[in-house]
Amino acid sequence: MRGELLYEGKDWDFGTIQRIHDAVADIAHKELGLDTFANQIEIITAEQMLDAYASTGMPLFYKHWSFGKRFAQHEGIYRMGLQGLAYEIVINADPCISYIMEENSATMQTLVIAHAAFGHNHFFKHNYQFRQWTDPEGILDYLSFAKAYIANCEERYGHAEVERLLDAAHALMPQGIDRYPRKRPLNLHMEEKREQDRKEERERVYDDLWRTVPGRARGAKQMAGDKRRALLGLPQENILYFLEKAAPRLKPWQREVLRIVRLIAQYFYPQQQTKVMNEGCATYCHYRLLGRLHETGQIGDGSFLEFLTSHTNATRQPFYDSPSYNGINPYALGFDMMRDIERIVREPTEEDRYWFPEIAGTGDEMEVLRHVWANYRDDSFIAQFMSPRLIRNWRLFHVVDDREQPNLEVSAIHNERGYRDLRRSLSAQYDVGGYAPDIQIVDVDLAGNRKLVLHHRVRDGKMLELTNAAMVLGHLANLWGYEVLLQEIDAGTEQVLKEHMVRPEQG
Amino acid sequence: MHIVDRRLNPGGKSFANRQRFLRRAKDMVEKAVREASKDRAIGDLDSPGEISIPSEGTREPTFRHTQGSRRDLVLPGNKDYVEGDLIERPRGEGDGDGSGGQVGRGDGQEDAFRFILTRDEFLSIFLDDLELPDLAKRRVAQTEKEGLRRAGYTTTGTPANLALHRTLQTSLSRRIALKRPKQSAVDDLERRLAEAQSRDEVEVERLSAELEALRHKRARISYLDPIDLRYRRFERFPKPVTQAVMFCLMDVSGSMTEHMKDLAKRFFMLLHVFLTRRYKRVEIVFIRHTDRAGEVDEDTFFRSAETGGTMVSSALQEMLKVIRERYDPGVWNIYAAQASDGDNLSSDNPQTRELLQNHILPLCQYFAYVEVSGPNAETHGYVPHHGQSSLWLTYAALQKENEKFQMRRVSRREHIYSVFRQLFQRRVAKTAEVG
Repeated sequence: MRGELLYEGKDWDFGTIQRIHDAVADIAHKELGLDTFANQIEIITAEQMLDAYASTGMPLFYKHWSFGKRFAQHEGIYRMGLQGLAYEIVINADPCISYIMEENSATMQTLVIAHAAFGHNHFFKHNYQFRQWTDPEGILDYLSFAKAYIANCEERYGHAEVERLLDAAHALMPQGIDRYPRKRPLNLHMEEKREQDRKEERERVYDDLWRTVPGRARGAKQMAGDKRRALLGLPQENILYFLEKAAPRLKPWQREVLRIVRLIAQYFYPQQQTKVMNEGCATYCHYRLLGRLHETGQIGDGSFLEFLTSHTNATRQPFYDSPSYNGINPYALGFDMMRDIERIVREPTEEDRYWFPEIAGTGDEMEVLRHVWANYRDDSFIAQFMSPRLIRNWRLFHVVDDREQPNLEVSAIHNERGYRDLRRSLSAQYDVGGYAPDIQIVDVDLAGNRKLVLHHRVRDGKMLELTNAAMVLGHLANLWGYEVLLQEIDAGTEQVLKEHMVRPEQG
Repeated sequence: MHIVDRRLNPGGKSFANRQRFLRRAKDMVEKAVREASKDRAIGDLDSPGEISIPSEGTREPTFRHTQGSRRDLVLPGNKDYVEGDLIERPRGEGDGDGSGGQVGRGDGQEDAFRFILTRDEFLSIFLDDLELPDLAKRRVAQTEKEGLRRAGYTTTGTPANLALHRTLQTSLSRRIALKRPKQSAVDDLERRLAEAQSRDEVEVERLSAELEALRHKRARISYLDPIDLRYRRFERFPKPVTQAVMFCLMDVSGSMTEHMKDLAKRFFMLLHVFLTRRYKRVEIVFIRHTDRAGEVDEDTFFRSAETGGTMVSSALQEMLKVIRERYDPGVWNIYAAQASDGDNLSSDNPQTRELLQNHILPLCQYFAYVEVSGPNAETHGYVPHHGQSSLWLTYAALQKENEKFQMRRVSRREHIYSVFRQLFQRRVAKTAEVG
């Protein structure tokens, strides 16, 4: 079947975009079996792209100086011509919003639509991480609520006050994430209503008389330590959550702001864990989609070459000794692994049959991939699907850098003995548990001086960096309102390596 | 699928955040701007520029790991390593391999933070808390000028002002109101007439009558009628003028060295930048003097040298003359800056003083005197009267009596800015007497 060209040359208009979208949708849904949220495509200028960069890609966000700083940074880099802008930004919302830049040529728009509006979109809708932690329907409403709420706080309590609170909350943002689901699923719609109800209830039951009732003397009975900790839900790794629920000196609006920051951090959590898969999925999809468009004669040879150029640039992986090496490119890794799965499913070798008996030769690569996209995150994906062949192609090797040894040691290369080691250690690099410090609130002395005790479990001698830690702990102490003690404890020997003690600034 | 065109949305979403950021880093940005302005040619002062500030205070801390005792790197592109090979630790703490630099890189980036300030931001920080003295006085003066502005439409006017869009709108609504038959209706009838031609005579009759009526009606109701015409209307309105003239007076006699002229030039440029920020229109008059004075263009003013004695009063005379001829003090805000090495003919001093006090200062908003000297002036001490020149002494008395008059000494390039700031420091107490 040969279709008509969707467009010619570089220029495009809204009609072109619509035609491209429909053509891509046709292939995506019928041939690849992708299932996506409805699409909303928004056309923006370079300036607006810079704006969007600064606020972590979201169209609306509350105001804070750090976004201004980020904007200044990106702007500087962009103006000096050191780095181009991304061609698109896509937002995990329902409908799924893709921003595309007006400067893009028609081919680039096709690529971007295939990549974002179908690849990422499908991934957002199906991956278990996103399904568990995000609420695509509610996110935009929630952000607009957050923005209004914080602006409102600024008006009521002053810029400085809100800024100080946000600074502190941002510092603790990485510690504001639930890694395991709590009982109740998130519903951002309800959040806004709940805050409303809470306020009304407060106003309804307000009775000045209570103030005059003399307080009862507290029962001085000390709760048993374990019971007390259990009641407070300790140990707790979600520091922001704990503060929101238990910090004694925070005002209600401050708790709400902490909650906002925490929920937004949680919303972005799946993206950190699925960078390789998400980009891999989108790249694989656009590769298949554009290839198909070209086969069916809907885009010309010239456009296809233009596409291949961008595609190749995006999926380039320089070797470790190249000057342009800057870590492993998630686009390249994800795309290559997915192409490799396609190969294993369609034309498996003996080796593949041995390593991947459950998928080798089953014939329908899309079915396998859809399953993979839905049920894995980066570390498990790599641990499961990195094939010996790909390890050979990439010529991966594993270097151990032990401070106590004079030399670095190559512990595995791409050979029979090395495959499993390489696969395991590469996977470990994408494990959130590995790179984020493991910090938990373990105890608090509510009856006494209200000291908050935290533990950092140190693995492989990775202590906390001092300047940063001191600043974050300062913020934490200010939020908590009393002393904070952080102990760094070696995970193996249970030995206390270091103690940080911080007092709050005021009162 | 929806396509939404956001290009026309108001831009500058990040503006508020940027403001917050600048406010947050205010002290550091200010310092950086001061530093940056030292190196800049003063002529480029008001171009945008990159500044860098230390990251303290705009740091966003989070808990981070240090490198730890053991790192695992998985790298692509092995060429000839085999298992068990030992690699010498690359110098620079293992950063040579480029990976694992995550921690290191993150910290390195934070040492200094570079970004670009726009022209406006740069200037507003640079000139922050400076104020033009006596600015308020002339702003309320009845210095008015007429301006034109758009004010709706009119039915009469010159063809040049014909508002096509509006005219056709009126024409369209008139045509609709009067039910002018459309061309398509006529075409339709003609087609039906042609079809009926051979078959049905009664029908032909009826149709041609109808067609005739239509054509007649079309002819009567014209497409465009004189009553449709609309013209853009303009009205005059009084425009308050904020304009200023800046007099640059400089001694160009032999005793002024290049260095001193450079100092003077920098001072004048600063003043110019400052004035252009406050007034829409700023004119500059350059007057140079030896024992005679004359108005010259900028180039001559700074470049060419003259020889002769020094009579400051001549320059003041010239200034008065120019004011009388071209700059009515009722309409213009007048600022003057004088630069000199302080030499003056002793017999000229009383006259200078008299001119300034009784004639010039009453007309001026502000008169600043900068005494420039060689870079090592302080150490030489050749100037009589305990380091005070004759002109300085003459003026010193004036400064006490008149707030409009300020004077400072400057000997080095890097002091220009602080001297400038001292001269234009916002004066809090003054507001009471304005009005």
